[in-house]
Amino acid sequence: MFYREVGQFKTSYGADQAIFPIAQDRWFVIALIAFAFLGVPLFAGQYLYTEMLIPVLILSIAAIGLNILTGYCGQLSLGSGGFMAVGAYAAYNLALRLPETNIILVFLFAGVMAMLVGLLFGLPSLRIKGFYLAVATLASQFFLEWAFARVKWFTNYAPSGSVAVSRIELFGFPIDTPAKTYIFVLAIAVVLALAAKNLVRGRIGRMWMAIRDMDIAAEIIGIRPLHAKLSAFAVSSFYIGVAGALWAFLRLGSWEPLAFDVNRSFQVLFMIIIGGLGTILGSFLGAAFIVLIPICLNQLPSWLGIAMSTAMISHIEFMLFGAIIVFFLIVEPHGLARLWAIAKEKLRLWPFPY
Amino acid sequence: MRAPSGRDTVAGDVLLAVENVSLAFGGVKAVSGVSFDIRKGEIRAIIGPNGAGKTSMLNVINGFYQPQQGRITFKGKPRATMRPYEAALGGIARTFQNVALFKGMTALDNIMAGRTLKMRRGFFWQLLRLGPALAEEIEQRHRVEEIIDFLKIQHIRKIQVGKLPYGLQKRVELGRALAMEPDLLLLDEPMAGMNLEEKEDMSRFILDVNAHYGTTIALIEHDMGVVMDLSDRVLVLDHGIKIADGTPTEVQADQAVIDAYLGLSH
Amino acid sequence: MLGPILETLIGGLMTGVLYSLVALGFVLIFKASGVFNFAQGAMVLFAALSFARLSEFMPLVIAFALSVLIMIALAYAIEFLVLRHLVNQEGIILFMATLGIAYFLEGFGQTVWGSDIYKISLGLPTNPIFILESVFPGGLLIDPVELIAATICAVMVLVLAVFFQVTRVGRALRAVADDHQAAQSVGIPLNQIWLMVWAVSGLVALVAGMMWGAKLGVQFSLSLIALKALPVLILGGFTSIPGAIVGGLIVGAGEKLAEVLLAPVLIRTFDLAGGGIENWFAYVLALVFLLFRPQGLFGERIIERV
Repeated sequence: MFYREVGQFKTSYGADQAIFPIAQDRWFVIALIAFAFLGVPLFAGQYLYTEMLIPVLILSIAAIGLNILTGYCGQLSLGSGGFMAVGAYAAYNLALRLPETNIILVFLFAGVMAMLVGLLFGLPSLRIKGFYLAVATLASQFFLEWAFARVKWFTNYAPSGSVAVSRIELFGFPIDTPAKTYIFVLAIAVVLALAAKNLVRGRIGRMWMAIRDMDIAAEIIGIRPLHAKLSAFAVSSFYIGVAGALWAFLRLGSWEPLAFDVNRSFQVLFMIIIGGLGTILGSFLGAAFIVLIPICLNQLPSWLGIAMSTAMISHIEFMLFGAIIVFFLIVEPHGLARLWAIAKEKLRLWPFPY
Repeated sequence: MRAPSGRDTVAGDVLLAVENVSLAFGGVKAVSGVSFDIRKGEIRAIIGPNGAGKTSMLNVINGFYQPQQGRITFKGKPRATMRPYEAALGGIARTFQNVALFKGMTALDNIMAGRTLKMRRGFFWQLLRLGPALAEEIEQRHRVEEIIDFLKIQHIRKIQVGKLPYGLQKRVELGRALAMEPDLLLLDEPMAGMNLEEKEDMSRFILDVNAHYGTTIALIEHDMGVVMDLSDRVLVLDHGIKIADGTPTEVQADQAVIDAYLGLSH
Repeated sequence: MLGPILETLIGGLMTGVLYSLVALGFVLIFKASGVFNFAQGAMVLFAALSFARLSEFMPLVIAFALSVLIMIALAYAIEFLVLRHLVNQEGIILFMATLGIAYFLEGFGQTVWGSDIYKISLGLPTNPIFILESVFPGGLLIDPVELIAATICAVMVLVLAVFFQVTRVGRALRAVADDHQAAQSVGIPLNQIWLMVWAVSGLVALVAGMMWGAKLGVQFSLSLIALKALPVLILGGFTSIPGAIVGGLIVGAGEKLAEVLLAPVLIRTFDLAGGGIENWFAYVLALVFLLFRPQGLFGERIIERV
């Protein structure tokens, strides 16, 4: 009885097309964001920041990127890891060679570089569909992995092949504590999520979804597949590149190309499958899910009082992932986001059964 | 439905001229040497037994297939090979036998998608969704709502089209085609799978579109009653060849047509 | 100069045959059920692990027989737990389900059988064979394991190709691949068909696993070899058994030759830290190929009708 639209009439199309047309939703999200910015820092400890909140937020950005390409536009990509690497190394090289550059510009540059590479590897998608495209994106993944491992210029001729960055500053204000890093990443995530939401509910989003649902029909109403697919690749790669740079600078600190290998690509893909293809919310939910499950699993043996080797834990993790993915695909192929929507539907009737 | 006394033939200019078009898939000849025209403002029916090449003909007109031979002139300009979106740009819209809607989107979004060509605002305005982009979105919504009112589908506009019954899907598809404000509207069996009441509704819509918006319409249809009542002129195809072309009454009496339908000639 | 190149070529062709064997498993399942089985690699690993561990304490033949049974049981489980519930779903959902199965199998296999590196000793001759000693000094080196694998693979290909084309079951399998619903409505028992196909594919995975395992030892990275089968499928077409062979040969020979011939050039030109072109060469080759012939050498041209 709380979650009702009684009395909420839309008197303009603008109101009808808002992101959260139902007032209760709007308040909930505003409260959530306020809590995230103001409430969390009051009690969160370092572990919560570095192991949970920051990874989830950064990977959510990557998940939004992949969701735009795969969930909204229907172009299956297994190359996310490679594009994160492009962002990471682009940012690294810019920060290294032009150290005075503003950090926002560095991350923007990372996104732009990833976007350009994404456009290049996205060109084949005009002729290739479905699984073929997935394999083509593997080409980009393996090639980029190799390039960052072998082309010495990228790693500034580091003998070990790994690179490191120092802490960053924003307009002279150092971001050196987990709390500050969290706020910084949160702000970026909120802005990027809002931008993505605006894109997908407008003309461009409809264009993408049309290509996904039936590209032949899309062409007949005047959508150019070239335009749509390339723009999806471009925007998607931008997001993934930014996420890669954030991941490298603010989560890892020092890294090798292995941090962005094909397993990372699968990780991001799983996030959007479990979270919900074609939703922005799902990107966040899926990222949270994928990050938190291994943490829970790691704690599980001690909770249960059983001793287990790390190798065994990792095997069980694999098994659990696989089982959960299959479970979701059978029960709710549209992921956590759909479960959330269904819950809200039920909530509208609560406490009545129907 | 209207009285069977027939419509006044609108003597408009030729909008689309098909000259000697042939289309083959490998060894299968879908269309052989067909020539006809469509005049501005008329309702043209294309009929014929199954496999006559009617859908292939429509596919050629809107650029989906390229004919091996022949020429098509649209709005006075001859066309070379054309991609479907160029046909869309030129003002040709169509619907399909098996409803080609975007199943993952709502009815409203499907029809809004039809407005794509009318929407100009660039990428960065879309990102912010303030000012010009928002204004454009709302303006297009107004137009789309007019179409929704016209087709009486207000109650389903927020429903995902995959969940709609077949008859309503066809209406949404018509709406999407109308959203393009086309000069030429190609309808591929718009009445297929409908009951009598639905057919009456759809017929009324087609006539209204033609009268109200002045849209030229070409439709493939099997229901003879519909064809007789709606169309100004009829083209009859059989095995890819034109066997008759004229007003409904003329065609109805044509012996070759009767033979084709009874399966006598081949 | 020619000698080493020829040797590399032969070695590459042999490796290619092994790729083909893995690709064959993909083709079978895709041809018969329209599902792109990403779990094929994990199946190879699982089969190899089973065989390796079982053969540690029982005769090879019994170990093989047991492994076959295990793979059939696996096929049963997959059909019952997963596939049955996903009938008529879109291809992408099924593909992702096989991704899930792949992850599960990898974890499961290593939980049950352990995660060390295990040896498979098939009693095959390991001394290298030298041929054409009269033409090239020292002769060209051939690995007998690969030679035997190549022969086995060729035989399997022949049998499977005949099976698909000629028998009634084979026809039914092709029908299922085209359209699940239609096949069901004609009375084809979907469950049994899928069971059979996954079982046969499991067998192929077992043989591939044994061959690869004998060559490299059975370890986790075996499942990555399956990823390598993907370019093979692109070159050969997803639905063609002969295509899997030809594709495998091209990929195997191609990447070895690229490593030997192309890598030094690249290293010099771009001042690279080492080669490793093998990692991506096959994929880029496949990608280029896709641009010109999306359906592969032998695959079916997809004509979209509206």
